[in-house]
Amino acid sequence: MRKALFVGVCLAALALAAWGEEKVTITVAVYPDLDSVIEGVLPAFQALYPDIEVELEVAGYVDHHTRLLTTLAAGMGVPDMAAVEIGYIARFAAEGGLVDLSQPPYNAEAYASLFVPYAWQQAHTVDGRLIAMPADIAPATMFWRRDVFAERGVSIDEIKTWEDYIEVGRRLTYDADGDGQIDHWLVDDAATVAMILWGGHTRFFDQEGNCIVDSPRFVRAFEVAKAIREAGLDARIPAWTNEWYEAFRRGTVATAINGAWLMGHLQNWIAPETAGLWGAAQLPGGIYTQRGGTWYVIPQASDNKDAAWKLVKFLTTNPDIQLRAFEITNAFPAVQAVWEDPIFEEPVPFLGGQPARLLWKEAVQHIVGVPTNPNDAIAMEIVSDALTQVLEEGRPIAEALAEAKRLIERRTGL
Amino acid sequence: MSNPLGLWRRWWARRQQRYAPYLFISPFYILFFAFGLFPIGFSLVLSFHSWRAVGGLETMRWIGLENYRFLLTDPWFWQSLGNTLVLLVISGLPQHLIALPLAFLLNRRLPPRLRHLYSASYFFPYITSTVAISLVFGTIFGLHYGILNQLLEYLASAPWSRWLFGWLEGYLPINWLGKAVYIKPAIAIVVLWHWFGWNTILYLAGLQTIPREVFEAAKVDGANVWHEFWHISLPLLRPIIFFAVTMTIIGNMQLFDEPFILTGGTGGPGRAGMTVAIYLYRTAFEWTQMGVAAAMSWLLFVSIGVLSLLNYLLLGRAALARRGEE
Repeated sequence: MRKALFVGVCLAALALAAWGEEKVTITVAVYPDLDSVIEGVLPAFQALYPDIEVELEVAGYVDHHTRLLTTLAAGMGVPDMAAVEIGYIARFAAEGGLVDLSQPPYNAEAYASLFVPYAWQQAHTVDGRLIAMPADIAPATMFWRRDVFAERGVSIDEIKTWEDYIEVGRRLTYDADGDGQIDHWLVDDAATVAMILWGGHTRFFDQEGNCIVDSPRFVRAFEVAKAIREAGLDARIPAWTNEWYEAFRRGTVATAINGAWLMGHLQNWIAPETAGLWGAAQLPGGIYTQRGGTWYVIPQASDNKDAAWKLVKFLTTNPDIQLRAFEITNAFPAVQAVWEDPIFEEPVPFLGGQPARLLWKEAVQHIVGVPTNPNDAIAMEIVSDALTQVLEEGRPIAEALAEAKRLIERRTGL
Repeated sequence: MSNPLGLWRRWWARRQQRYAPYLFISPFYILFFAFGLFPIGFSLVLSFHSWRAVGGLETMRWIGLENYRFLLTDPWFWQSLGNTLVLLVISGLPQHLIALPLAFLLNRRLPPRLRHLYSASYFFPYITSTVAISLVFGTIFGLHYGILNQLLEYLASAPWSRWLFGWLEGYLPINWLGKAVYIKPAIAIVVLWHWFGWNTILYLAGLQTIPREVFEAAKVDGANVWHEFWHISLPLLRPIIFFAVTMTIIGNMQLFDEPFILTGGTGGPGRAGMTVAIYLYRTAFEWTQMGVAAAMSWLLFVSIGVLSLLNYLLLGRAALARRGEE
């Protein structure tokens, strides 16, 4: 009996050792639709690395990031690799936690020239580490309704500056059914416009970590939003609400300034019946900015960093795989070479046959990025609050931004 | 060979009566230390540190009282504390003003079977999931298609109710969850609806401990219903009232679920619905300032303590002293 047990244990140990040598299982935490991307390219990855098994942990967008934060804080249950979205990357930019990929054995700085500059900048932290590899990006763009513009006798070519935009907006904001109430507007929400103009979730701090929310870029964003609001040109409809979807379906807002990904949502579920009625254009006033992006990170606490790095490299630096990802989710690849593929010159039926991806390809080259600061998330909240005070309570812009800067600065370091 | 085992057996036979109870009770203490005492102690230590969480425990940095100094001069903290206190009053006070007479009526004026039916129905909101409640109320408070606004619009224009509700017309439709001034009333309505049943049951239980003879004696002396309520039920319920109010203070000071879901997790425009608990949660998990959040939890603890003490001085001392005489 005892002998049998001993042999059994030995056999099990042998099997374990053999299995350990040959197969590594890495856990990869993502949110939809990235799971479809990874599942789609996994056969190609396993053809290259038959020893690496991949186990996906899929959670909703918000839950995924919360779980990643709590596992990192506890140092237990940490995935070997995870996706992080731009609205959340600041949470993970603090010291420790994520592997610095600029160090050996990763030496990822060598890949710098592959990527769109802003995504690469944003993958760094303000203390000089490289914590993430860019997967996809999202240039901001202006969508406009061809039918509404035609009906109001407006041409998209009239919009060159923000002043033009507001001027044209006065013609696009009108009462269609004659009941004395405005029912068509220039844009959905002035607050969204301001947010995109100042740089979304990023660029509240400079390279050295100084708070710059009182700089001309923020003042300009606030001024444009205020001018739109004061002229009554925005419908004041918050994003991701039923009223927002309804406005796009009915064409009651003539333009939408948002990430290029908005097209995918419009086409797939918000307003598929409006196909062909939309156009895309660069933002007025020569402004280029981002509205999103995804990165892959490797936690320090992972036991399989090498295997995880192989998968990260495969997903982010391999142009063929990036192209496959684009075909699956329509999110724009962060690798610049992919943009040379003929697919980016094809007309987009939803936008009336416009080859809009060329437009976006042009835009991303100009987008400025800065290293991610751990305080970006709180700065975003404080600046958004300042914007509310300016738009809703009429507080002077300079005063609101100075106050915002003070509130941000007294929070950093805690 | 069997010697050590035998020794152990003999030792255990002698001592088991003494130690076995500790063994049996130990699961509670193990769980309490792991999930009760340890987090409390850890949060106290954390409140003197700067910790951005992602780097694990080794990235904690001692900063003394900085977190407390920051919070005590932070306008958002004071605003959230103010929000919490306002919500405590406007959602807590009506709960008791409704629950007390309701419990009295249930106790005195209804046949038992009907009483059970009613008290069960009043209790129903309490056992409903907060998420479900807030989702339903989210549609009730809707701007254009919300049931509440449609009801108010009807009341403001119908001939029979115009005299009472006509003045509302200028304000309709009310943007309950979109404008700072309306958020607190909206949250208070949900909290009130959610919790008044709990207090009703509490008071009903209290009323049932009052001996029937007291009421019968009063009736013989010519007391009416009002006298019974005001001169018998209320004074004898004082210990229960003290308990119920204390529970409301502790519960409402930590108010989180209802405002969190109704305002989409933000606290609403102008942070008018941001309670201390929501501010604490956002500080910790959105802005990863764990030390600040820990300090905030201790400041919240202190303010709950102060309020409970005030409540004791106002309601409790007299109520409990009377009980002591018995």
